[in-house]
Amino acid sequence: MLMETVFSIKPVFAVLISLLAIPGIISSRTQNIRETWTLVAAGIKLLIILSMLPLILDGKVVSFTLFQVFPDIGISFRVDAFGMLFALVASSLWIVTSIYSIGYMRSLDEHSQTRYFSFFAAAISATIGVAFSANLLTLYIFYEILSLATFPLVTHHQDKEARSSGRKYLFYILGGSIGFALPAMMITYHFTGTLDFAPHGVMAGHINSGLALMISMMFLFGFAKVGIMPMHSWLPAAMVAPTPVSALLHAVAVVKVGAFSVVRVFTGIIGTSVLADFNISTIVCVIASFTIIIASLIALSQDELKRRLAFSTIGQLSYIVLGVALLSKSGMTGGMLHIAMHAFGKITLFFCAGAIFCATGVKYISQMKGIGRRMPITMTAFLIGSLSVVGFPPCGGFISKWYLVLGTIESGNLIFLFVLLGSSFLNAAYFFPVFYNAFFCSEDQMLFEDKVEEAPLWCVVPLVITASISILLFFYPQPFLKLASLAVSTIMGG
Amino acid sequence: MTFFTTIFTFLPDLPAIIIITPLLASLLAAASGLFNRKTPFLIAAAALFISFISSIILIMQVVETGIVIEYRMAGWAAPMGIVYIIDHLSALILLVITSAAFLNFISNRKNIETEFRNKEGAFNSLYLLFTSGLIGMTATGDAFNLYVLMEIASLSGYALIGLGSNRSPLATLNYLFLGTIGATFYLLGVGYLYIATGSLNIADIASIIPTMMNSSIILFAFIICMAGLLIKMAIFPLHGWLPNAYSDCSNVSAGLIAPLTTKVTIYIMIRICLTLFSPEYTFNYLKISEFMVWLAIITIFFGSLSALAQKDYKRMLCYIIIAEVGYMVGGFFLGNRIGISGAILHIVNDAAMTLALFMAAGIFLWKTGEDSRDSLKGMFGKMPFTMAGFTLAALSVVGVPPTCGFFSKWYLISGGIAAGQYMFVAALIFSSLVNAVLFFRILEIAHFEPFKEHNHDHVYHHSHNTLLHHHQDHHDEHYETTKHNGVVKEAPLEMLIPFIAVSIMLVILGLYSGTIVANIIDFVIPAAII
Repeated sequence: MLMETVFSIKPVFAVLISLLAIPGIISSRTQNIRETWTLVAAGIKLLIILSMLPLILDGKVVSFTLFQVFPDIGISFRVDAFGMLFALVASSLWIVTSIYSIGYMRSLDEHSQTRYFSFFAAAISATIGVAFSANLLTLYIFYEILSLATFPLVTHHQDKEARSSGRKYLFYILGGSIGFALPAMMITYHFTGTLDFAPHGVMAGHINSGLALMISMMFLFGFAKVGIMPMHSWLPAAMVAPTPVSALLHAVAVVKVGAFSVVRVFTGIIGTSVLADFNISTIVCVIASFTIIIASLIALSQDELKRRLAFSTIGQLSYIVLGVALLSKSGMTGGMLHIAMHAFGKITLFFCAGAIFCATGVKYISQMKGIGRRMPITMTAFLIGSLSVVGFPPCGGFISKWYLVLGTIESGNLIFLFVLLGSSFLNAAYFFPVFYNAFFCSEDQMLFEDKVEEAPLWCVVPLVITASISILLFFYPQPFLKLASLAVSTIMGG
Repeated sequence: MTFFTTIFTFLPDLPAIIIITPLLASLLAAASGLFNRKTPFLIAAAALFISFISSIILIMQVVETGIVIEYRMAGWAAPMGIVYIIDHLSALILLVITSAAFLNFISNRKNIETEFRNKEGAFNSLYLLFTSGLIGMTATGDAFNLYVLMEIASLSGYALIGLGSNRSPLATLNYLFLGTIGATFYLLGVGYLYIATGSLNIADIASIIPTMMNSSIILFAFIICMAGLLIKMAIFPLHGWLPNAYSDCSNVSAGLIAPLTTKVTIYIMIRICLTLFSPEYTFNYLKISEFMVWLAIITIFFGSLSALAQKDYKRMLCYIIIAEVGYMVGGFFLGNRIGISGAILHIVNDAAMTLALFMAAGIFLWKTGEDSRDSLKGMFGKMPFTMAGFTLAALSVVGVPPTCGFFSKWYLISGGIAAGQYMFVAALIFSSLVNAVLFFRILEIAHFEPFKEHNHDHVYHHSHNTLLHHHQDHHDEHYETTKHNGVVKEAPLEMLIPFIAVSIMLVILGLYSGTIVANIIDFVIPAAII
């Protein structure tokens, strides 16, 4: 299927707009002017991306080459349905998170806020860059920029804990990409002579089964942002970051960039036929299933709320990998949809964790007894978010999980059906105690005095918005579902 | 006719101007230093600027017309007279030399004033002499003239290094011994070539060599020339002189010598292998590629691991330089087009990033009065722009895109895969990872640890890391002013602007590496090499 290509510089602007805001952010005289820069850039970014949406829904792609860095490879952008799906999620949530950041950072009176907002903008630029990459080299470049732009955010507190977490973060993320992904990319280039993403991959016919397996594994573990075990332990460590960072970057942008990169490489470079013919897909499914189950089990035992969420994220990311590796239409649709659905659910949960911390300074679940009565809005949103992540109707998470379940049946691997169901059970088991403790306790078990109340409005409004969207997505999954099915039909060639 | 070619038609003597200007200016600077302490700097800066502009015009001329400029010194024709050849490769290296020398010089005015008080005339003169030596080595088309210029550069280099801290005379002596042996080997090789061919002109010799491929004199000449150059470029195990020489000398000299010397020597090696002895002789007839690549691999591993063991920032940089020599030598002897492209591209990129790192060292020294890694504590808050530039340079050495280090490494790794040299590929990746550790260790100190309240005891206990003792007072005094100021306090603009320019250049070189390869490097490599 040959798609109509529209040449436009819009993707470049979509990537650069937040970078262009950085000089404004740095030079602003007051906090309000600085935050205006962030919000304006976020708004324009979303508008640019939305302006390309109708074209993409029409089945066209938007393309632009910025630099010809090698004779046959450039830094090029190409917006297709899958990239659009991810960019929509990331850019719309950036606005919400920016609002939340303002409330969170100001109410905690954090230091170095200018640095914080600058690197946040850089990170979002890189995220959109990954989404719109036309080839693996461009993707890799933005992937690395994202790794580095996130480092000052993760280590924002600049204390001993931040330092050791920062080391861990770089060790896994940078070590993985330089040690595995980069050589895998070069080997790919050597054997195929191209790094462009093609609908059916570029490796078929160029490579033998052993090498294909090796390259697949190098990409899967090398893109450590996807958190496949044993490359996952940077994510819980990165929870030392301020909560908005954990919310946007470690539930949406950074980790989903990992998942996105893996999916892109598996479908656009290695190709589904190679994955199927050499039985690589089964191995990937097993690795992903292992991560899903183990991460959920570990999450059960975490008392710090953000760490529990982090392990939950690790498991949920592997859903995406599993869905794509099932190589069935529904599975792949489910995997791609899960990028969006999980994002809205999980960011709500992180916003709630941050709101609780802002209002009470409490981080541990065991100390949250009765908090629901003092912060009812936050904890209701928490319930909605966790329902979505577990996959209960009427929340968006149900839809992606539904497709994933269908995918396991379509591919005939019922064992993975049980993995999904078992994991959903575990998800429920680690979320509901939080909610139950928050609301259902006797007056004398209450740990919070009367004067404790909701976090500032800047914090509460964003989590209400994302929780509402999580529900809305159940009834109107259209843009994302349409984009996912478009992407899948291109890949599966039907 | 475009702008640059127009200039060139008016100034056909540019290939001479680019070297004569700093050469004459060095005499002038030395003389004027006797009367006035300011003029030597101005003279030197003007001369370096003229060379820099000339090299820009020359490279544009060569790229636009595609014609090699052959300039006869004093009008004598080759092979009797000395000709200067400006082709794509030498024009590129000339641009690297003149721009690095110029930027390093103007950014260090204050450092020169304090470190070489009352020696301005001598220092500026040596700086110019060294630069003109390198320019001449790059441009000359005569094998013996090359030796003479190599000695000019070396001797002035020894003197520049000897002007450094209290340990530098010893380091210089080591450097002098090995450097002289290297140069003598090269001279001996040229002598044998002269015996065999009766000529000293590179093009002339190159036309004769194919007729006497099997001559053992030619073989011996090749081997001994290469041995001399390998000592000069500090490949393992002939590297011993480099770390001491470059780390014990003043930052100003290190900023000139460290980025350029090894790179120009590698350029000479490439010149000799490709132009003098043909690629046919070097790659097909001799079969030394395998050996050279292994030597490079060992150098990379050795350099990286040694860098890991260093506590001192400049010594660490020195071992990184040694590892990078392995990159370029290995890349060249992969013998395929993509590997050689990578080696040449890396000459440019590595010169730029080493320059940036040494310029940063100069700025930190100026601001904190000491040279150790600890002096960087809290620097991200104190000097955000300097640190941003430093971070870019560090990332470039690690090889993170879109900085230039990534792109040359890409060519080198691709070349390694194409040649089946997987050990070379592994060495490059290993070295990248080690560099990541090295630099994040430093960036961590600057990011996490609070700005240090320097105390005087510390400064004196580590006096070998600091400036000459009699300048200590000045820096302590200077440092007092920075200590009590909690807000951003950047380096003076005259230091900062050249440094930031070089750092931004690192990204520009990266993004335009495709252009550089297509318009310059592709013309350098003979079509026979695929």
